[in-house]
Amino acid sequence: MGLGLVPLGLALGVLITHAGLPWWSASLSTAVVYAGSFEFLLVGLLLAAAPLATVALTAFLVNLRHVFYALSFPLERVRGRLGKAYSTFALNDESYALATGARARDWPGERLLWLQVFMQVYWVGGATAGALLGAVVPDSVTGLGFALTALFTVLALDAVRERRGDLPTPLIALLCALTARLVCPGELLPVAFGLFAAALMIRYLTTDRRAHRDA
Amino acid sequence: MPDTRYLILAVAVSAAVTWALRALPFTVLAPLRASPVVRYLGARMPAGVMVILCVYCLRDLSLADHRAVAPLAALAVTVGLHLWRRNALLSILGGTAASVLLASTVFPG
Repeated sequence: MGLGLVPLGLALGVLITHAGLPWWSASLSTAVVYAGSFEFLLVGLLLAAAPLATVALTAFLVNLRHVFYALSFPLERVRGRLGKAYSTFALNDESYALATGARARDWPGERLLWLQVFMQVYWVGGATAGALLGAVVPDSVTGLGFALTALFTVLALDAVRERRGDLPTPLIALLCALTARLVCPGELLPVAFGLFAAALMIRYLTTDRRAHRDA
Repeated sequence: MPDTRYLILAVAVSAAVTWALRALPFTVLAPLRASPVVRYLGARMPAGVMVILCVYCLRDLSLADHRAVAPLAALAVTVGLHLWRRNALLSILGGTAASVLLASTVFPG
């Protein structure tokens, strides 16, 4: 799974060099920000020399979904202050998807932590290589940004498969996302997540609660 | 090109906001983790969140535009490969290759 981050990192690196930013900004961003989708957006913000307040607000809105990850990420298994600190720092979509998946149910904290370390190494390595290679990739080569879409598609398919009997959840999410896209495309992510959380709450309150004991 | 000081500051600000969003909820939300509502949400969140992120990636797609063919075909390749082989790396590489091939040659911007 983590290896999927290599083509994605390569794509980000090439985009960064093609945008005219220095190659090291790919390494710096992937090493200290480490938030895939936001980093793709950050390229545009940096090019436009957006005010720091705008950068902070965009980071806040795009990464706000991570707040929910604390509800189910098994941080209690990771030991030590430093380990926990890194684990929260590296809690991106991919490591959340992997750590909350069925396969990871019995994995000890140490394994989760190393997995996160390897994923970030793949990401930083891929982006740095992509940024260095970007100079030799002609500008006419486009469509690399799709790597991010492909990654989320794979993560979605795996997550949906793990809850085989629960088709309403992905359908509700799809509906919320399309609604947000129509109503306020500029704030798609926060609106879609808000709608989705609200819809799940309504579903929880209206269905038989005894059935949730084994949820 | 933006100057180096700005690049470093912008990256630092992004990093601070991102880490705060990831780390702080663990202390704030810790007491809630045992509640049945939160467990209900936690079990259903991953699948929904990833679906929303997919739509987010494709948000600029316009069905009236012929250039939309490239990402849509690439999406079909990704889904098809993943349902067939269940190999994340293969699906991502295949989908991205299809996207680059179509966007760069058949449907150039």
